[in-house]
Order: sequence, then structure tokens, then C-alpha cells
Amino acid sequence: MATSPDTYITPRTASESAAGSPAQAPDEAAGGPGREAAPGVARHDVRAVNAKDQRSLYADRIAIHPKRAHGTFRNLKWLVMGLTLGVYYITPWLRWDRGPALPDQAVLIDFEHQRLFFGPMEIWAQEFYYVTGLLILASLALFLVTALAGRVWCGYACPQTVWTDLFVMVERFVQGDRNARLRLQKSPWTADKIWKLGATHAIWLLIALVTGGAFIFYFRDAPTLAQELFNGTAPYVAYLFLGVFTFTTYTLGGLAREQVCIYMCPWPRIQGAMYDDHSLLVSYRAYRGEPRGAHKKDETWEGRGDCIDCKQCVVVCPVGIDIRDGPQLECIQCALCIDACNEIMDKIGRPRNLIAYDTFHNLKAAETGGSVPVKIFRPRTILYMVLLPAVLALMTYGWVNRSELQVNVLRDRNPLFVRLSDGGIRNGYTVKILNKRHDTRTYKLSIEGLPDGAAKPRIDIVGLESAAPGIAVAPDNLRALRVYLSLPAAAVSSLEGEAADLTFVVTDTADGSQTRRNTNFRRPQP
Amino acid sequence: MADKKRIDEVTGFETTGHVWDDDLEELNKPLPKWWLYVLYASIIWAIGYWVLYPAWPLASDYTRGYLGYSQRAVVMEQVAAGKAAQAQFRDAIGKAELAEIQNKPDLLNFALAGGKAAFGDNCAPCHGRGAEGSMGYPNLNDDDWIWGGDLAAIERTIRHGIRSADADTRAGDMPKFGTDKLLEPAQIDDVAEHVLSLSGKASDQEAAIRGAAVFAENCTACHGETGKGNLELGAPNLIDGIWLYGTDKTDIVTSIETGRGGVMPPWHTRLDDVTIKQLAVYVHALGGGQ
Repeated sequence: MATSPDTYITPRTASESAAGSPAQAPDEAAGGPGREAAPGVARHDVRAVNAKDQRSLYADRIAIHPKRAHGTFRNLKWLVMGLTLGVYYITPWLRWDRGPALPDQAVLIDFEHQRLFFGPMEIWAQEFYYVTGLLILASLALFLVTALAGRVWCGYACPQTVWTDLFVMVERFVQGDRNARLRLQKSPWTADKIWKLGATHAIWLLIALVTGGAFIFYFRDAPTLAQELFNGTAPYVAYLFLGVFTFTTYTLGGLAREQVCIYMCPWPRIQGAMYDDHSLLVSYRAYRGEPRGAHKKDETWEGRGDCIDCKQCVVVCPVGIDIRDGPQLECIQCALCIDACNEIMDKIGRPRNLIAYDTFHNLKAAETGGSVPVKIFRPRTILYMVLLPAVLALMTYGWVNRSELQVNVLRDRNPLFVRLSDGGIRNGYTVKILNKRHDTRTYKLSIEGLPDGAAKPRIDIVGLESAAPGIAVAPDNLRALRVYLSLPAAAVSSLEGEAADLTFVVTDTADGSQTRRNTNFRRPQP
Repeated sequence: MADKKRIDEVTGFETTGHVWDDDLEELNKPLPKWWLYVLYASIIWAIGYWVLYPAWPLASDYTRGYLGYSQRAVVMEQVAAGKAAQAQFRDAIGKAELAEIQNKPDLLNFALAGGKAAFGDNCAPCHGRGAEGSMGYPNLNDDDWIWGGDLAAIERTIRHGIRSADADTRAGDMPKFGTDKLLEPAQIDDVAEHVLSLSGKASDQEAAIRGAAVFAENCTACHGETGKGNLELGAPNLIDGIWLYGTDKTDIVTSIETGRGGVMPPWHTRLDDVTIKQLAVYVHALGGGQ
């Protein structure tokens, strides 16, 4: 794609190409006064097709019809495609029993109740940092593989690659392989062409629809939503997002394809800064391949390169580039050119891996006959390898110690304290108890840090009889309480300073676990 | 910069002439055509948007768009929907006794939230945002009540006000012992010392003893023999630690001279029943409710 000048310097103006005229301006050689360059030599009224002022500022899209490749990496790509698509389409249908009060979908993003269900895990909206942690893990993993082997993500696992691959497969199934597709593209609009193109686009749309459908299943109970979608009772946002994702899947996978990777996606630009001379990148081994050229039967291989210039590497390329031009930003490193070239090498009896995963260092050394072993452990990969388990450990620690009970204590600021008629002082607090468990729990509230004994502070909770067995909080629920602490006059004068530290202790009566929150008790200036 | 423009030999493209870090250059590649078409499509989209939605400001109005969309109308709908969602709680509060509201956690929460909002709108100018009060305006957080601190008493005070024009208002006037020359200045001074002595703050014991006689004659009818006050008459308790008009002797002398007599308007003419009930529950829950 746009790597050699002749794909860019297009001679045609828009109107000419629309009319399908030949690549040259009309020749009006015939006579006329003053049309002679020299006596007897006619001057042609013609201009260079690529004259600077005739070049378009805008590049035409050149259709790419990748040929089917066979080999290790193609098989690997099929495998990854099967796995990723399988995970994507099947996951919303997996069930997970969480009891009667909660959804039984294994992976569910429940916007209505602000919960993220992931198997046994249940993440509340305010705990979204666990998802942030997952994203950090994912990006570190991405950094690591990119430092080790370049754009592995782009070549194998990126949804853009996977769906494009799937759509090309459909295209190949309906229209045939590259040559048939090229012929079909050039052929006039026959019934056969209309049928084949129509069928291709229809299947694409169907896949896109299923893809969009699978996406919305992550947000609402899949079997219910599937039923609602069919009988027209699903919420309108479900249809909206179904439409949006159908449209984007069809457009990006079916129509835009490599244009997404080249012009829209920022990640390839970032990746350029992530691999180095030690990274294994899909490379053409010029030291072995050059000088290239056609090879005749019984001709010796001495003094020439192994590349027979068959261009198999170009025709299988999903972004339409020539890997032999060196590393370039369009290359998604899908390694299909390796498969294509190896097939040819086998056929002509030359060693495999003329195109292979190799490092810049090794390629350079090989020019002079040397070789550099692959260096997996280098500062940047070691850093990623250390950070990855560190972040994982941190997250696991956080998750294991995650409390099913969350307590917040807010001290009243207006008024800071209340003077009572007996000379005592009272402070007000709002205590919020969040019970993340799936059963009702009863909690006891006590305090530590203020004087005990006769001068013990009194705890009053609004709306709660002092005789009540405790504070009951419904499953998956928050209860806010107004709590008043009153200290008798004698105890107040024994406090030092204007504020005394104290701790609220919330005890779960079921298992005795305690949660503590520090705050203070304020009094007038002594 | 422009002189750095050159044809890149590897790709055959012209460079833009921009150079960074000595040798980092930029190819001047053509834009893909689809990109241009997307630009045109967004322009058309924008025109469609102008037609359908409010877009252009005019001198005194704006183009309202074919769909007639208005964020204001959306907000009003949401407010109406919010009110409708509150209706069941408001109905329940309207029917319930005040004590019942306190015993039902969901009603209590609703009443506290509604009471807090209503308090901020109507009561805070005098009593303060935290109901902390100020000189002459009682602190509603404490446990000292002039007219009673149980739910019914609080509700009645809110409903009918204090020394207001309402027929059922709380009324109880302290005579203006100084202004109306009911007592001599020296007597007033003695009574003030006696009142201070009730909470152990007197500085002149002799004057306090002299004042006790004057107190027994003029004040006990309302404030009681011990000075404990009388909720029925709104006569404040004089022996506790809370003073509405200040603890200095001059404050007390002024109280005796002028009789004070703060005023609170009746609220049943301005607030509906449900709001008054919410306010009563809220004030009761501020900490001093009895």
C-alpha cells in the first residue's frame, strides 16, 4: 500500500479515471500553425502524466486481495482466530450460580445496579480500579510481547485483524482466491458478479449483526435479551448498540480493513518506540535473498540470492506491502509472508526462512557472515517481566484483602460541636455501612479512644432503639446512620486540646470481624 | 525549512521539509480519498444537525430545530418524574403519625433528606444552616427546649410559629421590667445576680440574696421557684448551661429590662403538611429530640 512511488503518482485526474480513459492525455499531434518543433518535426500536444500540477493531493484506495497462505503461521492464526472469536461469542452464554437475588450470567456488566460480575468476583462501581489494574496488566503484557517479537498483537490477536481475516475468508469462500477475485473485480456487472458480491456482503452483515449482538449480551442477561431482541421488546439502547456494532464491524472489517491499521490506529505508531535492535521482527533476509531474480532450470544457485522474485510474499500480504522493502509502518507482522515464502523455498529446494522472525542485530551481523543470538533478557524486557508479576501480586493482595464491608465516617462540620444543658458536649457523625455480602448482616457500633467508666460517652443512633440487637443492613446495600456521641461535662474537661482522636468500630455480629475508622471529637476551646 | 524539501530516495516521495533531531524527516504523502469523503460527510451531518436541533443564535431567539428538542424541557420532565417517584413516600408521610415515620427506616430517610432541604430553604436564615442558631435564635441541636422538644411540640411550633399573628401561635410574653418601670434599676441588677447564682456564676452574693426576694415575687410565676422554666409558657430554664441571649450580666439585665420575646412565623401558611412533618422529624433528629 502506497510504498512505491507509482502507486502514488497517479496520472489520472478524477474525471479521466471515472471515464476509464487510458493513462495518457489526449494526443493532438495533427498539424496546425506553429505546431512544429522544427521544420518537419511535429510537436505533440502532450504533457507528462505525472507532471507535478497533475498529481492528486488525495490517494485512491487500491484494493488488496490477499491470497490464501498455508503453513505454520497461517495455522497459528486460524487457532488464535478460533479462540478469540469463540471466547467473544460464547462468554455471555456461560452461567454462574450466585443465588436467587443475583444474575446468573458468568460475565456481566450490569449498568443498572452498577456491578461488574466476573465469575465469582463482583466488582462495585467504586472499585473500578480493579479493572484499571487489569488494563495495566494487559498493557504491560503488550509492552513485553512487543519488545520481544514486535507487533504480535496486531498480527494475531487484534480484533481488527481477526475480523478482517474472517471477512477475507468469507470473500474467498464465495468469490474464490486472489486471482478469481481480481477477475471478478475487473469483470462487468453480470448476474454472477452481483450474486457473488451480494452474497459476500450479506454474509459480512450477518457476521456483523451477530458480533454486535454478542456485544450487547455482555450488558444484560443473554438468554432474556436474545428473546427480547427477537420479539421486539428489548430496550432501545440494545437496538442502538446492536446497530452501532453491526455498522462498525461491517465497515471496519469488511470495507476499511488495512486502512484502519495504517491511518486510524495510534498503536502502531507507539509500538515503533517499543521494539529495538533485539526484537524479533518479521524480516526479509536480504543477505540471503539478494541479488534476486528468476531462476532457470538447472541454473546454479552460486553467486545469486535465493529470492526468485515470485512475489508470493506480496500477494498473501493482507496490507499489500512488499516485506523485501524492509520494515515499514504498514506491516502488521502477521507472518503470512513467511508461510508463503517457505512454501516456495520447499518447492525450489532451497532452505526455508528466507523471510523469518529475526532481529536487526542478527541481520546486520549476517551481512558479514556472523550471527548474534537472540537476547531475550534486556533492560526493557526485564523491567516488564518484573512489573508484570508485581502488579499482579499487588492486585491479588488487594483482592484477597478486599472487605465485604465498607464503612465511612463523616464528622459534622456545622456545628462542630453542640453544648448540652448539663455542660456536656455532643458531636454528630454520619456513619455509612455498605454491606457487599449477599445476606443481611447485623452490625454493632462501638467507639474506642474516649474515656471509659463513669464518664463514658453516650452513643445515640437516630432511628434505632438502644435496645435493638444491632444495625441490620440488607444484602448488597448501604445504610446511612446519624450517630451522636455525648460526653458529660466532667469527661469533656479531662480531654486535652480542642479535638480528641477516637475510633469507630463496626463489628459484624455473624463472624466477629471488625472494621475501624478514625475520626475525632471536638470541644469548645478550653 | 523549505530548502530542506527533497525527494526521499527510498520511497520516492517528497518530504515536507520539516527536520527533527538532525535527520528525522516527514514524507509528504497524499491523504486517502476516503478521509476527504468522511470530512464532507461530517459537513453534511452538521447541516442535518442544524436543521433538526437548536443551532444558531438569533437577535432575540435561536433556531429551534425541526425536532423541537430542548434540554430545559428534558430537565422539567426529569423533575416531574422525580416528583412522581417521591409521591409514594410523600403520601405515606402525609398519612403517618410522626412517631411512625421515625420507626420506618425508608420513611425516616426520606423525611430526613426532605427535612434537610426544606430547613435549608426556610429555616437556615435564622437558625443557621446546621441549625446551630445564634444570639436570639435557638440552637436546635442541643437538648434545651423553650417550647418543648418532643415531635408534637416541635411540629406545633413550626406550624403556628412563636408570638406570630396565627391564632394558635405559641404565646408567652415576659414583662418589660425596665422599659415599663415595673422594677427599679437596682432591683433588676439584684435579680440578674440571683439568676447568675442559679447556675453558680454570681459575683456579688449579697446582691444575689437581695435579688432572690424580687425573683420570688416577680419571676417564679413563669420561671418556677427553682428557675427551671415552663415549657407551656415558653419560659426558659435559667439553671442550665444554655443561654439564648448570652451569659454576661449585661445580657441578662437587658433581658429583664426589655423582656426580649423573639418571633417565629407560622409555617402552615407557606409549607404543606408533608413538608412540615418532614421538618419536625428532621429537627427532632438533630440530636436534642425528646
